[in-house]
Amino acid sequence: MARHTPLYFLKHGTRRRGGLRPVSPSGAEYVRQIKSQIDEVDPSEVRELADEGVAIVDVREAEEFAAGHLPGAVHVPRSYLESRIDAAVPDRSQRVILYCASGNRSALGAHTLEHELGFQHVESMTGGYTLWKDRGYPVEVPRQFTPEQRARYSRHFLLPEIGTEGQQKLLDAKVLLLGAGGLGSPTALYLAAAGVDDDVVDVSNLQRQVIHTTDRVGVPKVDSAEEAIHALNPDVEVVKYHTRLDASNIMEILDGYDIVVDGVDNFPTRYLLNDASVRLRIPVVSAAILGFEGQLSVFAPYEGPCYRCLFRQPPPAELAPSCGANGVLGVLPGTMGLLQATEVVKLITGAGEPLIGRLLMYDALSATTTELKVRRDPECPICSREPDAIADDEMGVFPDYEAFCAAAG
Amino acid sequence: MRLPGSLAGAMATIRIPPVLRASVGGERELNAEGSNVGEVLRALADAHPATAQQIFGADGDLNRYVNVYLNDEDVRVLDGLDTPVAERDSLVILPAMAGGAEG
Repeated sequence: MARHTPLYFLKHGTRRRGGLRPVSPSGAEYVRQIKSQIDEVDPSEVRELADEGVAIVDVREAEEFAAGHLPGAVHVPRSYLESRIDAAVPDRSQRVILYCASGNRSALGAHTLEHELGFQHVESMTGGYTLWKDRGYPVEVPRQFTPEQRARYSRHFLLPEIGTEGQQKLLDAKVLLLGAGGLGSPTALYLAAAGVDDDVVDVSNLQRQVIHTTDRVGVPKVDSAEEAIHALNPDVEVVKYHTRLDASNIMEILDGYDIVVDGVDNFPTRYLLNDASVRLRIPVVSAAILGFEGQLSVFAPYEGPCYRCLFRQPPPAELAPSCGANGVLGVLPGTMGLLQATEVVKLITGAGEPLIGRLLMYDALSATTTELKVRRDPECPICSREPDAIADDEMGVFPDYEAFCAAAG
Repeated sequence: MRLPGSLAGAMATIRIPPVLRASVGGERELNAEGSNVGEVLRALADAHPATAQQIFGADGDLNRYVNVYLNDEDVRVLDGLDTPVAERDSLVILPAMAGGAEG
């Protein structure tokens, strides 16, 4: 196929010295010429290919994409095609279908990908989004970002792993934060900054909370947290629970959340939370801190181990000192809380490898991290069974529960 | 030739969790010798008797609330206390921690 077919035009009534000479084609003629050099595909075929590992790339402008696009399409505006296509389609042998509004821009883009960048299997969808929509094929209409949101989340939009789609998921996500203390404070602030809706449960007496301020001393903690979150990001809806979690209310409170962030300070609540989250199939991003050390893991019910697979039962009270008794480095909850927030963002957006089936240990004094494998326990008293088989009165209970709680006071 | 089960013992490193440090004079890491996980932990318990009842239950097995990892693997999915230990292996003792919100 000739890459550049010379075209000769002669305007009527124009006298040209030296006879015929090449004249630049009109824009429409140029597009026609390009189309003869690429492969085109009908929307009906594209529709059949939805789940076939074909990369569908929308090359229109941001506002066109935002008004609606093909389901699963990635957005790479034609003006950024050369610089951003590798992030969207890293494999040049992968089949790529481009579309725009009517099939012209995508034809030009397909030509570039095939002839300039060496993509081996590129097509342009005829008729573009307009024809697709006219045929009544399914479209995805993403949330419209306001100009303020576009500015606020612009750094996320630039990350291919997050982008507008990931940001939309973050804005739609509902995350329950248990404990607005050392761990919960930084988690709440950063998730709020990312646009995640979160709730703050007042489960205990809280200290070292960067979410609160001196002038709000005496203000209920959940109210203070709400004020800080709204000051940072008015997009975030805060639902407050002035309550302590127990077996009678935990299922109701957890139901409907996408993720729970566990920063609670006592074993009975951790086990209770684990059991309820398994029953509701809600992943828990869990962290614990003591002294200069922290632990972090993600418990995704039935996909990976649960907390009981890791620790079948809690240690006796004398071996489970609280931070209040043992002390904790003030920045450590910040470090671990932000690692939790990171895992939450990854789970919501689907980016990267979540910390499922792995336990991360962080030692601040030696500045080292250690990763341990956590396996599902086939004999786990909770997650080896189906959710329906787990009864209300089994939740949060462990061997010697009565003695444990008596000793813990 | 070294015979299985009758090794003079490999020198392994044991990471001591915060809750056990008071029992070992504040050390964060100790070396102990043994041919398997049980022997290494016994050597630790002999040197620091206060750790014995925290690591081992009355039946001589690991307490259910203590996890021990050989390098990065839970010894319970290996051969438990009988899991062989090689020179320069690392043991991690990991009791559950609950510190969080209250701190």
